[in-house]
Amino acid sequence: MSEIKAPVLPDPKKPGNDLFKSITQGPGLVSVLGVIVALVIGGLLIAITDEKVGEAAGYLFARPSDFFSALWSAGTESYVALFNGSIYNSSQGFAPLLETLTVSTPLICAGLGVALAFRAGMFNIGAQGQLIIGATMAAYVGFAWHLPVVVHLLLVIVFGLLGGALWGGLVGLLKARTGAHEVILTIMFNYVALYLLDFLMNTEAFRRPGETNPISPILDANAIFPSLPGSRLHLGFLMAILLTIGVAWLLNRSTIGFEFRAVGHNPDAARTAGVNVARSTILAMAFAGALAGAAGVAQVAGTEKVLTAGVAGSLGFDAITVALLGRSTPWGTFFAGLLFGAFRAGAVNMQITTGTPIDIVLVVQSLIVLFIAAPPLVKAIFGLNRKKKRTSATESIKAGAK
Amino acid sequence: MTATLPSMSAISVLPSKKTPIIFSVLAVIVLVSFGLLGNSQTASFSLTSAGDAFSLPDLVFPGRASNIVIGVLLAALAAYSWMLRAKGRVLPVWAVAVGAVLFVLAFLIWVVSGANINSISLASLLAGGVVLAVPLVFGSLSGVLSERSGVVNIAIEGQLLGGAFTAAIVASVTQNAFAGLVAAGIAGAVVSLVLALFSIKYLVNQIIVGVVLNVLVSGITGFLFTTVMQEDPELYNSPVHLPTIAIPGLSAIPVIGPILFKQSVIGYLMYIAVFLVWFGLYKTRWGLRVRAVGEHPKAADTLGIKVNRTRFWNVTLGGIVAGIGGSFFTLVAIDSFTKEISGGRGFIALAAVIFGRWNPLGAFAAALLFGFADNLQVMLTIIGTPVPSQFMAMMPYLVTIFAVAGLVGRSRGPAAVGDPYVKE
Repeated sequence: MSEIKAPVLPDPKKPGNDLFKSITQGPGLVSVLGVIVALVIGGLLIAITDEKVGEAAGYLFARPSDFFSALWSAGTESYVALFNGSIYNSSQGFAPLLETLTVSTPLICAGLGVALAFRAGMFNIGAQGQLIIGATMAAYVGFAWHLPVVVHLLLVIVFGLLGGALWGGLVGLLKARTGAHEVILTIMFNYVALYLLDFLMNTEAFRRPGETNPISPILDANAIFPSLPGSRLHLGFLMAILLTIGVAWLLNRSTIGFEFRAVGHNPDAARTAGVNVARSTILAMAFAGALAGAAGVAQVAGTEKVLTAGVAGSLGFDAITVALLGRSTPWGTFFAGLLFGAFRAGAVNMQITTGTPIDIVLVVQSLIVLFIAAPPLVKAIFGLNRKKKRTSATESIKAGAK
Repeated sequence: MTATLPSMSAISVLPSKKTPIIFSVLAVIVLVSFGLLGNSQTASFSLTSAGDAFSLPDLVFPGRASNIVIGVLLAALAAYSWMLRAKGRVLPVWAVAVGAVLFVLAFLIWVVSGANINSISLASLLAGGVVLAVPLVFGSLSGVLSERSGVVNIAIEGQLLGGAFTAAIVASVTQNAFAGLVAAGIAGAVVSLVLALFSIKYLVNQIIVGVVLNVLVSGITGFLFTTVMQEDPELYNSPVHLPTIAIPGLSAIPVIGPILFKQSVIGYLMYIAVFLVWFGLYKTRWGLRVRAVGEHPKAADTLGIKVNRTRFWNVTLGGIVAGIGGSFFTLVAIDSFTKEISGGRGFIALAAVIFGRWNPLGAFAAALLFGFADNLQVMLTIIGTPVPSQFMAMMPYLVTIFAVAGLVGRSRGPAAVGDPYVKE
């Protein structure tokens, strides 16, 4: 049985090949269509659970027009509210757009982390844990130390990145040394980080004096990103842009980035060509962790200004969908982060005005990723033809087969 | 480490140093921190619970003395392990198991003797652990069924959650818990069908589909919880519960009575399911085929086994099993459905699959272990121990990290797991 099989390399297998084909080579048209299909399904879900639609369905055959107009308005009202809350509305102008950028910041940073790991052939589900550790270290430096302006904020950023890099790098190290699968490791490290933070928030060092709830002191004014007056938008967004540029440079112009991609495409070939695969694995996970740590910094030193047990929310998991939608390219991830940031920001307004629960965003996001990952399905829905797909899929399997 | 690259370990002469090192470290921990630096108070474990036919005496251990003894025993095991390694052999499985049990015992004695109340009921620790393990066992069986046929199942969490939600709504509307149970199985199967469709037909990376499915199910159940269930909780979210059935006589046996003979219907189903999956996979032609498909799909195909059809049905079957496990939350454990009721247990179940080395019995044992750890954490919080509860809660995850990192013995999955199969 399993003993016969010679122990091969530390899991050199597929996370690379077919993943990349599906992520990087899907045509743009399919992406747009995928988003549309996901939005339509989300709209239908909103509509069928709407009360007015239910009432109109009761006399569907007597007056079908009532039913369909109720269906249409239920679906569209929610999306209009989503748009009003994320981009533009008549009373506030483009102010909601600033909120969208604020919400996008951690999504972009953590999404870049997931994307970078993808490119190196690894599936980083651990953005959540890396973000938590990054946020924890950044916040601690922010409220426990008292340093001059600029220096303090820089140190907060550095420690946030270090925290994430440590948590991610540890996974890389374990994977490189023992061959353990990074998906399992990162899922487990997420929980360890979560409980570690939970523990820390109940210690003297982290809990705000005189407070029984697990909430940290507010970070020093010097440790916080300056923000745009009248909005929550802070300089962390600039950090996200710089990181995007940095990752783009790293992947496309640097030697390390080239090695990452080489390992991602085919670790055996990369090793033969003289790439130190173990080193690449560790470094790629450390960089990925640092980027997720940056998302943590954006949260504690920008948007929230305090550390709580729920600092990560579902950001680490949203980051995966962001990276998948962005096809693991730096700028793709950037714009996917903006799109999902807009969903998040707008969903708050949607819930207030139309009562549609925020969870619909999760549904739409995950459907988008599913459809984009399966171009033949989207093409089938729209009746586009699908002849070439089969061959390219076969090739990707062959490339991975032993 | 003799080799940085696992590929080189095949040619290294001596077995890995990992086991001897681990045992040495454990012996030192027990001897020094639990023993010499431990608490001299006694730790007592009661074996009897209310309603038992007869009572057993409490087990009482003097804290420091017992742990010094256990530490010495562990040191002896470590020495034996080093000795065997020098001869090019590894520690037999029974010795590893004995070592693990000794360490757990030492840990329990240390914690309980250092607590505010130096007594804990072993009977309810075990019985409660089994109850907490029920959804984990079903989830891990789903993982085993799916991964043995070569499809990675990260979507266990989604299957459990879908099962819990559907069971709640159907058992509420029909006022029939068994209808809820069946519906939960169907819901799990539906989640699985999406996994199967995308990963087998559209060749999407199985991990991506699994991760995204978890988000999707979480979103849909959360959405419907707010829009449907909360609008009329009386009608939609007050599920009838499955009764606990105590088998007369047998259930009054101390310790094992409550574990084996006083369970909900789902609890009994769990034992049956573990046996059936084990028997099916290892003792039937169907199981041989499934394992062949998971190990070497091309060879299986050559012999005329329909690879993708086998995978499709296995993934679906796994979904049914996990869905039924999910119904445990809303039909047995908790009064009504709430958002994210499965609370990450699907991932612990996944850990149990790996820790149990993709074997139904192993996964069952691992799930029980995680259930006990979970229950221990609850009970230790009650008696007030020096160990923070968060660290106890971390334990299943840390154990899994050790397991996959090969520190507790290498765990290797089915060879073809994760690879889509396309006939040429």
